[in-house]
Amino acid sequence: MVHMEYYLIVSTIMMFVGIYGFFTRRNLLAMLISVELILNSVDINFAVFNRFLFPEQLEGFFFSLFAIGISAAETAVAIAIIINIYRNMKNIQVKNLDKMKW
Amino acid sequence: MDYSGIFTYMYTETALAGVIVATLLYDLIAGRRGRRFFHGFVCFLMLAFIAGTIWPYSSAEAEVFGGMYVYNPVYGIVKSILAIGTLIVFLQADTWLRREDTAFKRGEFYVLTLSTLLGMDFMISSGHFLMFTIGLELASVPLACLVAFDKYKGNSAEAGAKFILSALFSSGLMLYGISFLYGTAGTLYFDDMGFMLEGNALQVMAMVFFFAGLAFKLSLVPFHLWTADTYQGAPTAVTSYLSVVSKGAAAFTLMMILIKVFSPMIQYWQLMLYIVIVLSITVANIFAIRQKNLKRFLAFSSISQAGYIMLAVISGTSYGMTSLIFYVLVYMAANLAAFGVISAVEQHSGGKLDMDDWNGLYKTNPKLAVTMMLALFSLAGIPPFAGFFSKFFIFASAFEEGFHVLVLIALLNTVISLYYYLLVVKAMFINRNDTPIAAFRTDASTRTGLVLCLAGILALGIVSSVFDGINAFSFGCL
Repeated sequence: MVHMEYYLIVSTIMMFVGIYGFFTRRNLLAMLISVELILNSVDINFAVFNRFLFPEQLEGFFFSLFAIGISAAETAVAIAIIINIYRNMKNIQVKNLDKMKW
Repeated sequence: MDYSGIFTYMYTETALAGVIVATLLYDLIAGRRGRRFFHGFVCFLMLAFIAGTIWPYSSAEAEVFGGMYVYNPVYGIVKSILAIGTLIVFLQADTWLRREDTAFKRGEFYVLTLSTLLGMDFMISSGHFLMFTIGLELASVPLACLVAFDKYKGNSAEAGAKFILSALFSSGLMLYGISFLYGTAGTLYFDDMGFMLEGNALQVMAMVFFFAGLAFKLSLVPFHLWTADTYQGAPTAVTSYLSVVSKGAAAFTLMMILIKVFSPMIQYWQLMLYIVIVLSITVANIFAIRQKNLKRFLAFSSISQAGYIMLAVISGTSYGMTSLIFYVLVYMAANLAAFGVISAVEQHSGGKLDMDDWNGLYKTNPKLAVTMMLALFSLAGIPPFAGFFSKFFIFASAFEEGFHVLVLIALLNTVISLYYYLLVVKAMFINRNDTPIAAFRTDASTRTGLVLCLAGILALGIVSSVFDGINAFSFGCL
């Protein structure tokens, strides 16, 4: 059986890849994908903790189910806003979002 | 299972859901002519909602849905304050919503705003991290839609993108923290978790992640970078909602969770808050001095006010909770008055928001200028107004717990903040201007909102029963 630590290594890598991507990508969609990585690593964490540490209850599984639903809703709104930006500026590069600074 | 709690202890949320459904249906069936009375309809509904839910159902704490939802009279007080703030925002938004390019979607504005209010209510009275997360997201996702409300105008879309990406990122961090709390404690109920935490390294890390998520919503300093842009780009009504109602709800929830869940780790979060408070107040004050756009200026002022609010949280006592709620109430009156004046001037002058444009406002619009001045005095904390008393209580609550140096730093920053608040007053009253903003009349709705705020600024500090009434119900670390 695969030990719990291996799952946690995967989820931690996903989390920090997501953070790195969020800070370095220059395209709004790529940033959104990075955030999705973070949210998915959270889901893995919950499922793994539940399965290996507290298998008698289902709290963690339910939390990851709800987290998936919530992140889908957030992504829908984010994509709607990105489409709106595309209509206004004809691209979705972050460097063009500089009308307001300081 | 007993579901009667929905109509007894959960009455606030149930009534608000009813208000949302009624608004949605009215938007669908009213038609062109009925829409003219939309504003009155919604304001009447909100008034009825506030009047119906302002008295606590019972004075004891109770649980619904097996502890997922917690009823407490102090939560009821906070919810009423938030609902009153929402009503005032609605009153002041009417001029903007009657404009031709927004009139057809005014129903969306009401429904989205009320949905965020519902989310905040659930967030405040959550007893489980799942409920808290759902409430928080229900409060922040429609808010992103509201920020991007003026789709093709100005910087609204840009502000919306900045807001939704920061909100997503922060909720990701927060959920990551919660997942480790779950891994170490084995439960997600606030009450159970309070006994399971012992303050080991993993739990401290989880708490910091969790705090980072909420600090994004509160726009405390290392996490504040979205604030100024979003506040400037969003429609003014949404900005005032963001800066007051959303911030107040997040601040209270943070204090509630720190007390209920993290009370075994109090020395860790007090140190963390200490650093964040000093940074928030100082950095935001320094940046506020150099702002020329009034909405950006108030954004930085609200960041530093959030730092002051955290002074009440750091004490962790029931006195601190009382002063937090009182501070939020007073801050709401003052900030909504300031944003109300800004919104009125923006609508009637074609979007003049630079401080130089406001030179000589007193000559042409004396009443608005005086209202703005009183609001800024209250924000700065000048004695006869309510802002002085709320600041006093907050400083006292932190001082009692031994944070003497911190209170001193905050006091020094109050002097700095007085300087930049007076810059606006100077522009309105003293600076000369050959082409001042022309005189105009605000409509009855805006005026009602401003009068309510002014009454709050003048009366809240003097009527001591407000503070005592809150103090009777609040709780703190044992």
